[in-house]
Amino acid sequence: MTSTAPSETASTPLLAVRDLVHQFHTTAGVVQAVSGVSFDVYPGETLGVVGETGSGKSTLARSVLQAPRPTSGSVLFRGTDLARLRGTRLLAARRHLQMVFQDPFGSLDPKWTVRALVSEPLIAYRTGDRGARRQRVDEVLELVGLDPSAHGGRHPRELSGGQAQRVAIARALALSPSLIVCDEPVSSLDVLIQAQVLNLFERLRAELSLSYLFIAHDLALVKQVSDRVAVMYLGKLCEVGPGDLVYREPLHPYTRALLDSIPSTDPAAARRATTIRGELPSPIHPPSGCRFRTRCPRAAERCAAEEPQMRELAAGHSVACHFPLAAPGAGTDEAVAVARTTARSEEKVGETPR
Amino acid sequence: MPSGNAGPYERAPDERAGPVSESLLEVQDLKVTFTGGGRTLRAVDGVSYSAYAGQTLAIVGESGSGKTVSCRAIMGLLPPTATITGSARFAGAQLIGLTDDQLRRHRGADVAMVFQDPTRSLNPTMRIGPQIAEAVRTHRPVSKRQARQEAVDLLRLVRIPLAERRYLEYPHQLSGGMRQRVMIAIALAGRPRLLIADEATTALDVTTQAQIMELLLELQSELDMALMLISHDLALAASYADEVIVMYAGKIVEHAPASRLFSRVRMPYTQALLEAIPRLERPAHSPLPVIGGRPPDLSALPAGCSFAPRCRCAADDCRAAEPPLTEHEPGHRWACWHPVEGGAA
Repeated sequence: MTSTAPSETASTPLLAVRDLVHQFHTTAGVVQAVSGVSFDVYPGETLGVVGETGSGKSTLARSVLQAPRPTSGSVLFRGTDLARLRGTRLLAARRHLQMVFQDPFGSLDPKWTVRALVSEPLIAYRTGDRGARRQRVDEVLELVGLDPSAHGGRHPRELSGGQAQRVAIARALALSPSLIVCDEPVSSLDVLIQAQVLNLFERLRAELSLSYLFIAHDLALVKQVSDRVAVMYLGKLCEVGPGDLVYREPLHPYTRALLDSIPSTDPAAARRATTIRGELPSPIHPPSGCRFRTRCPRAAERCAAEEPQMRELAAGHSVACHFPLAAPGAGTDEAVAVARTTARSEEKVGETPR
Repeated sequence: MPSGNAGPYERAPDERAGPVSESLLEVQDLKVTFTGGGRTLRAVDGVSYSAYAGQTLAIVGESGSGKTVSCRAIMGLLPPTATITGSARFAGAQLIGLTDDQLRRHRGADVAMVFQDPTRSLNPTMRIGPQIAEAVRTHRPVSKRQARQEAVDLLRLVRIPLAERRYLEYPHQLSGGMRQRVMIAIALAGRPRLLIADEATTALDVTTQAQIMELLLELQSELDMALMLISHDLALAASYADEVIVMYAGKIVEHAPASRLFSRVRMPYTQALLEAIPRLERPAHSPLPVIGGRPPDLSALPAGCSFAPRCRCAADDCRAAEPPLTEHEPGHRWACWHPVEGGAA
């Protein structure tokens, strides 16, 4: 029921996250950073996760990597539950699961050369001899568009932001991963460099059959690189679906609000009113029921009393909302929405929303 | 509500060709160079523009384009290694060449700035209300009681709910959006006529950014201020500004009313910026059109057009002579020998 898999896919997911919970104990109370998140990433697929500050998206990324470990839930990577592994067995299982973070300079030791930085994971996993490692470093540097002879001897401070992020990507690629978790990988870059690095991610995905769990706050950017998009709010997923569907026919009021907040370069598009008011509630005392209800224009009594479960309303398009939005053109009438969702869910899932 | 303040602005861009309405800030041939280590860096190289009351002017560019330096030069916020020449008149009064003491009288009272990172600008050990009251008292000799009242009014002005209670909170108790509202309240304490927002929403989430931008436009209309948005984000400029200036390597390369810039872009650099922005309308996995290279070294600028080495339209004349920034069409200036022809009327 909580599965977000596209119904037509029969292959096994590369990454299957189930009921992931991550809490932090602080003096102010227990922070519910991630509260029961489930999703799958299939081989060769990019799953984008969009969320704002405080949505728990970065905690989600780190929980998947077991750094630090989640409070509960399972993270099945290639069939092995990482949450149950320790020490060298975890290290071995995580070899094909790599990460790229937002600030390349923060994740690269300033005292090391590019070559040393990229060979470090190879040494850590005792891969090949010195010659083989050297060759692999050259290979991955070229893959990310850096010249090993020109850039290999440089230190991070001698690189531009875009080059430094390429080095971070090369490091992640060194061990031939099958999945890379990217947390805001281009948000510190200028727009032209950002476009270059996004294109690099896409090229690598095609050439190396990579999968990405691509986490960012920018919905347009996430949609650009993703097959499916998941929208996260205050520790929970509110909507998951194919990128163009989530954009064209958002089902969750929060997704709609996110879409309406994006500045547009289209001069014809009039500035839209902000549909979202107020502030993110405290993750220490999240609202009862639906966590978005305190800011939601459609909220009703039921939303406070009962937590909406994730349900599939169209093929591969799921939402956790008692009163999901209708598709544009199908009329914004709620009755239409309910009729449509009922029809779809009976047809596809056989589950009748109450 | 999008605050309905687009109406009164519509006149200005088209009137700019003729005798213009009185500008609040008039910048003429502003140049800023940094000297050090035997090198001279031309951070801003001959920039001219005007800002009008009730108008929003966006200055857009990448890191190092000179967008921030040009504004800080006007505010006298650059280190002593900077050499500033040219003219910047605020309501007729020359700002360039003033001593720090003289500038301080303008700062806050005439021109105020809001920066990207409110956490660094606020005192973390002081409640927010007294910080605003202190700003009020630096501008006007009022009693403490009155300053407190004005601070509460300012909190209300920036739409902070429960202003009386928020007055006593510390910066860490506020969200990023609320802290930025407090910074705007402090900036407004001196009742400025020009507000410069330097990447003021860059660190904020998209929904919070929309809230703050709407607030800035509402305030601009209520207080009849001129608003300048300094941003790397062309889409933000397109959505919220009346006029947009695009800077590259210290120079203005294109300047037009926002609606015109995005429907009839002429400078290839602006076009490259526009195309590189991921858009929701684009199909997933379609490669973004990108240009190679990086902005030039400001201490060793190429001959001719600074953008020529990266430009797909560049020809020999681009590398030989620098194209001047010229008003080719009413209200639309660009600096290019071979402008993009896409935007047919």
